[in-house]
Amino acid sequence: MTAMRNTREVVGQPTPLIDGIEKVTGQAKYTADLPAAGALVGRILRSPFSHARILAIDTSAARALPGVHAVVTGDDCAFTYGVLPIAMNEYPLAREIVRYRGEPVAAVAAEDEATAAEAMRLIRLEVEELPAYYTAEAARAPDAVPLHANKPGNIERAVHHRFGDVEAGFAAADLVREQVYRCAEIAHGQMELNGALVAYDTARDHLTIWSTTQVPYYVHLMLARCLDMDMSRIRVVKPFVGGGFGARVETLNFEIIAALLARAAGGRVRLLLSREETFLTHRGRPETEVRLKLGMTRAGRLTACACEVVQRGGAYAGYGIVTILYAGSLLQGLYDIPAIAYDGWRVYANLPPCGAMRGHGSVDVRFAFEALLDSMAGEAGLDPFAVRRQNLLSAPTETQNGLRVESYGLGECLDWVERASGWTARRGRLEPGRGLGMACSHYVSGAAKPIHWTGEPHAVVHLRLDFDGGITLLTGAADIGQGSSTVMAQAAAEVLGIRLDRVRVVAADSMLTPKDNGSYSSRVTFMVGNATIDAARALRAQLLAAAAEPLGVPADTIECEHETFRHIGDDGPGLPFADVARAALAREGGAITAKGSFTCPVEFQGGKHKGGAVGSTMGFSYAAQVVEVAVDIDTGMVTVEQVWVAQDCGFAINPLAVEGQMQGAVWMGMGQAIGEETRYERGLALHGSLLDYRVPSIVESPPIALHIVESIDPNGPFGAKEASEGALAGFLPALVNAIADAIGLRLETLPVTPDRLLEALAVRRREQRLARELAREQTHAQEGVA
Amino acid sequence: MTQATKQVRAFCLNGRAQEVLVADNVLLLDTLREALGLTGTKRGCDGGECGACTVLIDGTPRLACLTRTQECDGHGVETIEGLAENGRMSRLQRAFHERLGTQCGYCTPGMVMAADGLLRRNPDPSVAEIRAALAGNICRCTGYVKIIEAIQDAARGAP
Repeated sequence: MTAMRNTREVVGQPTPLIDGIEKVTGQAKYTADLPAAGALVGRILRSPFSHARILAIDTSAARALPGVHAVVTGDDCAFTYGVLPIAMNEYPLAREIVRYRGEPVAAVAAEDEATAAEAMRLIRLEVEELPAYYTAEAARAPDAVPLHANKPGNIERAVHHRFGDVEAGFAAADLVREQVYRCAEIAHGQMELNGALVAYDTARDHLTIWSTTQVPYYVHLMLARCLDMDMSRIRVVKPFVGGGFGARVETLNFEIIAALLARAAGGRVRLLLSREETFLTHRGRPETEVRLKLGMTRAGRLTACACEVVQRGGAYAGYGIVTILYAGSLLQGLYDIPAIAYDGWRVYANLPPCGAMRGHGSVDVRFAFEALLDSMAGEAGLDPFAVRRQNLLSAPTETQNGLRVESYGLGECLDWVERASGWTARRGRLEPGRGLGMACSHYVSGAAKPIHWTGEPHAVVHLRLDFDGGITLLTGAADIGQGSSTVMAQAAAEVLGIRLDRVRVVAADSMLTPKDNGSYSSRVTFMVGNATIDAARALRAQLLAAAAEPLGVPADTIECEHETFRHIGDDGPGLPFADVARAALAREGGAITAKGSFTCPVEFQGGKHKGGAVGSTMGFSYAAQVVEVAVDIDTGMVTVEQVWVAQDCGFAINPLAVEGQMQGAVWMGMGQAIGEETRYERGLALHGSLLDYRVPSIVESPPIALHIVESIDPNGPFGAKEASEGALAGFLPALVNAIADAIGLRLETLPVTPDRLLEALAVRRREQRLARELAREQTHAQEGVA
Repeated sequence: MTQATKQVRAFCLNGRAQEVLVADNVLLLDTLREALGLTGTKRGCDGGECGACTVLIDGTPRLACLTRTQECDGHGVETIEGLAENGRMSRLQRAFHERLGTQCGYCTPGMVMAADGLLRRNPDPSVAEIRAALAGNICRCTGYVKIIEAIQDAARGAP
């Protein structure tokens, strides 16, 4: 095997996205942009009830309306869908019971929007209402009616993990503190609205779907299941996708409904959701309560951690079990903690289901952890950076819950943000109302154990070479704007020694591209990147073999650089790529397809305890950040003035995209920290627009200075790890820590809206007044005694 | 369904004369996307929330989802498809591409049109002026950092 070249020509270079020109010129076709002349218009009728038994759905008038081609209800699909094979408890259209306001109960396909809307008005829904629960507390009450018959107490999953001697750990601590933190439910708010275009060929019983998905393969699986079709009769195509952030890492009801409508109508149906409907289909980060207890020595060394997490997961399972497991498992892998107790409860409630969102499961717990650590550092008179440095891991190592850490650049991240922010000189010396806060975070580079265990590799890539000399990279991996196609093209070009623009990427079309599990858990760069290198090496071997004869030297003594094949060390003219490609095609019997694959070895797939696979990965990314805020105590406004962030992404295959991902992640953390919040009034979503759900605008978005740390992971492609999620979680605690530095007030509830901040200030003033009165009384009493 | 009376509306679209037969109150966004096939202009919300459909009307940024087609009669409409002359990206488009002012790309057409409108009336905007001009354009990917850099680059005439 030829060693990886030391000089990097393509990877490591800031590279604009290979599909960027289409995006800036308006040529990029997203699902709603695909030609749809003649397609029927699909619409979904949603439940106005939070929890109800369906007695009847009368669709006769809607069906009789001229221009209506199909009406479907729960009667048309008796199959559930979901994520984990053990927890698929959701029907695309409700059957028997509706469990949240906004749940699809019927759908129509009509010739135009007006007819579809009229048909919806003609559908009669008759129900018997049931008690509904909008908080985890209410859903867990002893007399609460279970949303799902097999889940008493509305507990979707309870997790109880113990690692190390927790009691001894707390006993050994000099400082033990416990605090409750609360985070509101948030949604991804990806810019592209949900939608699908489905073409059903009745004569052949063949279905094609173009959809706004991060997981074309999962969509494929669930369509086959819910439509009871052979998978070979289904084709799933992912066009350009306008962001995901986890919203689209599971098959969503509208995709199955569009397919049901197209089959029922015997034609093409386009189902485009509104912004409000996209919010109702959100699968976002659940409302979470974290009760955290930490033990620390006088020197700042952590001795034990006990953490209880309650997540309000909404009405159906989705990724819920995974989320509640992540919340516990990723307590580890960032610092060296001798003992950890984790108890988590995922609770059903009559609200739209939550799911995976950027930083899946780890974010709200990291918020609590870094906020409490900061508070305890302050109490112990220690610098927050010093406390982190007291607890660093030393790679390679394995955490108590079986997570392997092979590369660890957190120390360098800390050093950079401390220096860049002027922490030492500036903290505590800023003008009144200004403050600095810091925090760390981490995330997996792909879940090491796939959900669907098929025995196949975890990633497969094909490279095709034909007469034109172009290299076509075929991958199922979904580029959703993160730039994965660009990274794959770079990796292939690097290994082959060719120009980047010789590589063209065909991604995510089940008819053409090898299966990929999808774009989630930041797995694509790591896994598909490694598969790409593997494929490129296989193709390179064929090219080198073809070059051996004309060059008259053994293949293993040839290299290709700048598209020229030469004997290693020879500086002659060599053979141009086109000649070698021709020779290879003749030698290999025509068009070449080289295959590459990658699988995370079993020793990386987590601990043996129940749920131990969740959190397991081959490489963790690490991040540290400092946030500077200005707090206006009269208005409650918090302004983020500046962020400094450093992230260890192993190696930046595309530094430009890594920067963009880091900035985007930090900024998305800021949205959660200062304003984003879904709100419901008895199950009715009050946040169904981007005016009510306040994503930060450019006006309140700060400069974000950054630094990439490259720890060169031993298993990552060119040493790379993930770069898109790890920096998010740190923002939340860094913000509240900065507010504490600015005004001496520690906040435990997110988001920090002006209302909440003013309320907290009022509470503090009241407490301070009471304390003063108490002190005065005591003084008087003592004087009286004297 | 009863069909509303349609009228011919004439405007200048991306520098060329355009006539459309359209009912009153049909949104410019729908006319562009569905009747004229110009899908570069995006719908990202239920009306006036996100800025993804920003186009230029007589050189001024407007939301196509809040503009009725008949209001454009006799005016000049520019969309993202009109910026590249002879297939060459404009300086602003090139800057968005090269500085990664675009990630998923969905907000990009609206963002570029809003920025183009800004640069026409203010060729050298400050960061605060850029923020003010793009306050109604939401991006969920970039944190806006590289969008600001791209606009500054384009303004400075960086290659």
